[in-house]
Amino acid sequence: MLYIDSIVRGIVIDHIKPGYGFSIFKYLGLDKADFTVALIMNAPSKKYGRKDLIKIENNIDLDLTMLGFIDPNITVNIIEDEKIVEKINLSLPEKVEGIIKCKNPRCVTSTERNIVHRFVLVDEEKGIYKCEYCDQIYSWEG
Amino acid sequence: MTKLRHLIDPQDFTVEELEELFSLADEIVKNEKKFKNVCDGKILATLFYEPSTRTRFSFEAAMLRLGGQVIGFSEPGSSSVMKGESIPDTVRTVGSYVDIIAMRHPKEGAPRYASYYSPVPLINAGDGGHQHPTQTLTDLFTIRQTKGRFSNMTIGLCGDLKFGRTVHSLIKAMSRYENIKFILISPDELKVPDYIKTEILDRNSIEYLEVERLEEVIQELDILYMTRVQKERFFNEADYIRLKDSYILDKEKLKLAKEDLAILHPLPRVNEISYEVDEDPRAKYFQQVKYGMYVRMALISKLLGVM
Repeated sequence: MLYIDSIVRGIVIDHIKPGYGFSIFKYLGLDKADFTVALIMNAPSKKYGRKDLIKIENNIDLDLTMLGFIDPNITVNIIEDEKIVEKINLSLPEKVEGIIKCKNPRCVTSTERNIVHRFVLVDEEKGIYKCEYCDQIYSWEG
Repeated sequence: MTKLRHLIDPQDFTVEELEELFSLADEIVKNEKKFKNVCDGKILATLFYEPSTRTRFSFEAAMLRLGGQVIGFSEPGSSSVMKGESIPDTVRTVGSYVDIIAMRHPKEGAPRYASYYSPVPLINAGDGGHQHPTQTLTDLFTIRQTKGRFSNMTIGLCGDLKFGRTVHSLIKAMSRYENIKFILISPDELKVPDYIKTEILDRNSIEYLEVERLEEVIQELDILYMTRVQKERFFNEADYIRLKDSYILDKEKLKLAKEDLAILHPLPRVNEISYEVDEDPRAKYFQQVKYGMYVRMALISKLLGVM
């Protein structure tokens, strides 16, 4: 069994789908952090069998829309004095802005300056989004 | 439709709004003179970032027949786009001069983006291979005029169903009406994309059939919507040779068809409809072109709130 010290004050991003932890870790810039962070991959989970989780010994601003977009089953725990003081359950956001880019080379986003890439949820069950401009279909896994 | 409205996607209008629009277009067809001054003092800008002479002329003729005037460009090289002007800046500037804009752009979604900044109604006159809503309105209006209804019909779509945006839009639009059956006639390589089948046809429980040869099904059709199939779309020449004649509508094939079949085509035609078919009363594609102008007249009038 692997033991990682519990944190005193900070955030635990729990129940991340296995394999997604690293993407979130990178997206949040935690690879450049000057405080304690832990990325745990393929940890056993009663709920899902396996999971990734990230422990952050600091209070940082989290983009909950982005986390919900990547995996709506993620739970965000806010820790104070080694105790969970808030548990945030995520859901798929209706709109996603500026997180991913449209890959369609024919899309207007490929040429216009200052345009914000926007995606709207079209299938909640499958987590499928479409580009607001060109209707190209996306999921986090591409 | 008096507040600021745009037409970007054919689905932007409800079935009821479409009916209102088509009723007006029908009135214009019957008594065009009555409408010759309704856009007096109004100006349409045609911002065509890529050439499309037929669509641009159709918009311009529509506005001129309503008594309005037209300005615009037909290629970006003759505009400030060459200097690097963004779409929002162009529409905000042009929108200060005119009352309505028709925009054609090679990039998909450009008219949607433009509509967020346009101070005047904006019409998508085609964005790459994505949408061409006024062609869809044209197709629908032609069906209404020739068949007198939108329900209880078998519609054959023939040719390049994979890349044909007019086909995709027409399937979407007709799926909103009752008792429609589609027969999708194409080579295997050019079938309707799966998302159209799952998101539109299956989701709305619409009956459809996929076949390779037109002559197998032509007798069942109430509408036949022909599109171009180009040799270069085939993956091998043998398939092209095997199928090429299947997609040429000629007098022989028409012998099998219903007497009241309506043959539509978004044009331009290459060789998929023989010239001998032009004289057949079932050929509606040149009427379709004219209906396109009338439906644009109705659309401009509605979006400007003058009718």
